[in-house]
Amino acid sequence: MTLPLTDILAILPELIVVGAACLILVLDPITSAARKEWLAWIGLGALAACVGVTVSQMGVTVMAFSDLVIVDPYAGFWKLLLYVVSGLTILLSLAYLKEEAMHLAEYYGFLLLSLAGMMVMVSAADLLTIYLGTELMSLSLYILAGIKRTEGRSLEASAKYFVLGAFSSGILLYGISLLFGITGSTKLSAIASAIHGRSLDDPLLLLAMILLVVGFGFKIAAVPFHMWTPDVYEGSPTSVTAFMAVASKAASFGAFMRVFLEGLGGLKANWHGLFLIVCIATLVLGNVVAIVQTNIKRMLAYSSIAHAGYALIGVVVAGHATASIEIRSLGLSSVMLYLAIYAFMTLGAFAVVALLRKGGVEGEDIEDYTGLAKRQPVAAFLMLVFMVSLAGIPPTAGFIGKFYLFMGAVRAGLTWLAVVALLLAAVSAYYYLRVVMVMYMREPDASVTGQPRLAASPALAIVLACALAGVVLCGLYPNPLVALTQQAILALK
Amino acid sequence: MTVPISYYLVLSAIVFLTGLVGVLIRRNIIIILLSVELMLNATNINFVAFSHHFHNVTGQVFVFFALTVAAAEVAVGLAIIIALYRSKASINVDDFQLLKW
Repeated sequence: MTLPLTDILAILPELIVVGAACLILVLDPITSAARKEWLAWIGLGALAACVGVTVSQMGVTVMAFSDLVIVDPYAGFWKLLLYVVSGLTILLSLAYLKEEAMHLAEYYGFLLLSLAGMMVMVSAADLLTIYLGTELMSLSLYILAGIKRTEGRSLEASAKYFVLGAFSSGILLYGISLLFGITGSTKLSAIASAIHGRSLDDPLLLLAMILLVVGFGFKIAAVPFHMWTPDVYEGSPTSVTAFMAVASKAASFGAFMRVFLEGLGGLKANWHGLFLIVCIATLVLGNVVAIVQTNIKRMLAYSSIAHAGYALIGVVVAGHATASIEIRSLGLSSVMLYLAIYAFMTLGAFAVVALLRKGGVEGEDIEDYTGLAKRQPVAAFLMLVFMVSLAGIPPTAGFIGKFYLFMGAVRAGLTWLAVVALLLAAVSAYYYLRVVMVMYMREPDASVTGQPRLAASPALAIVLACALAGVVLCGLYPNPLVALTQQAILALK
Repeated sequence: MTVPISYYLVLSAIVFLTGLVGVLIRRNIIIILLSVELMLNATNINFVAFSHHFHNVTGQVFVFFALTVAAAEVAVGLAIIIALYRSKASINVDDFQLLKW
């Protein structure tokens, strides 16, 4: 059997990323410690090539490998976002790994393999490819979380992530097997037409749907499936945490929305209410528990749970049973916009955390930021911008993201949901601005002598500049990004 | 004589629940890993049974992929457990207290 060239071309970006990952893993043992960084540049080069291929694929819809893979603008949007996030993570890691004295090129190999899994997830048209993509992403992330083999916290985070991740994959796979049993296919399009002719109250169908919600709920860290998030985010190396918080969440949302809006779109009367409950629980728990955190990575973990809750508002709007197609499309595009904006502000915040590492000690307690504005005005100002954006205060990008989500909710007749989310955004301002208050309004501790050592490097400066530019430009002039998300949405039925 | 599909479903549900409960109540991380494997194998029973029922090979193809992924998962999982055992000399999840569970 020969593979048609068109199929190969459709998955060219995935092939480039996997090829680069394998090249890095092979070259790692024969590269001297001083030259390991060169291997990171192979990864960046591969990403640049992928951007070119994906941009050229935008605007067309191609099905490949007997409908296992779909390349459409929706997949293209997520892939472009994932390239940007991965590129910035590699740059962030260059600085961070040097600071940690970890000369491991395999780190970049696994980062790219994880990216390949995410790319498969977002361009999957079959539950088989979605499962394989999810597993490739997760297995690589388990390894990355524990890559600091000598540190107990990192290993513990890795073990917890592994146990709960494998558990959730088991549940997801069981849901897929039941769905296969009900519909006789694992293709999303075939599932959609099989469901169309069935009663909505089929208990087996509902069970399969709930198992899929649980499986994806773990991946996007929605309440009540969020309990791994704070521990794993706190224990993992900061650069890995940033990657997990941004890229794996974006890819999981991409696959999740395709499964539920395309495959299970006929069941939206059933899952709409379920998502509404999960969305509100996620918003409340994420925002309220973040208040009492003293470790900044843990606080950002709860904040990422809360942001998953905001994004779920858009999913609820997209699955609204009575709203018009136009309003539901607005809900879908606002999720994509929100996750793109969330990527910049969260990466920026984690980059500042990585920047403030003090020789051998993680500058992770919020108390460590006391009087930072006096000691390190630039770092403090960057943190200020990211915190303000995460809180959703204009003129930053965070405000634009929340604005479109709330507008969708109001137009779908869910005004009360927008009000609840707005009140919780006010709660979130408390814990974000507390960091700002600690930095700007407290005097540096007299016992802290001299300047804190910054882990500054040109690579980290590029990451911070890109994140800052993303947050500020999307806040002031969001039109290009909004237009891109509106062109890239799925066709809703 | 053919075995009705519902028998397979009941068997797989029992195996799946055994695995699910095992993950939730056992404290030894190796037993937890074995319980996850039970959950995955329950899925495989489902796929093969449905595949036979529908006269459709999709389910059997899925089983091959699921088995491969499960093998990779065990490899990564055992590596993590060995690294953890070296640093803590324990594989009981109650001893992993550095991060608030």
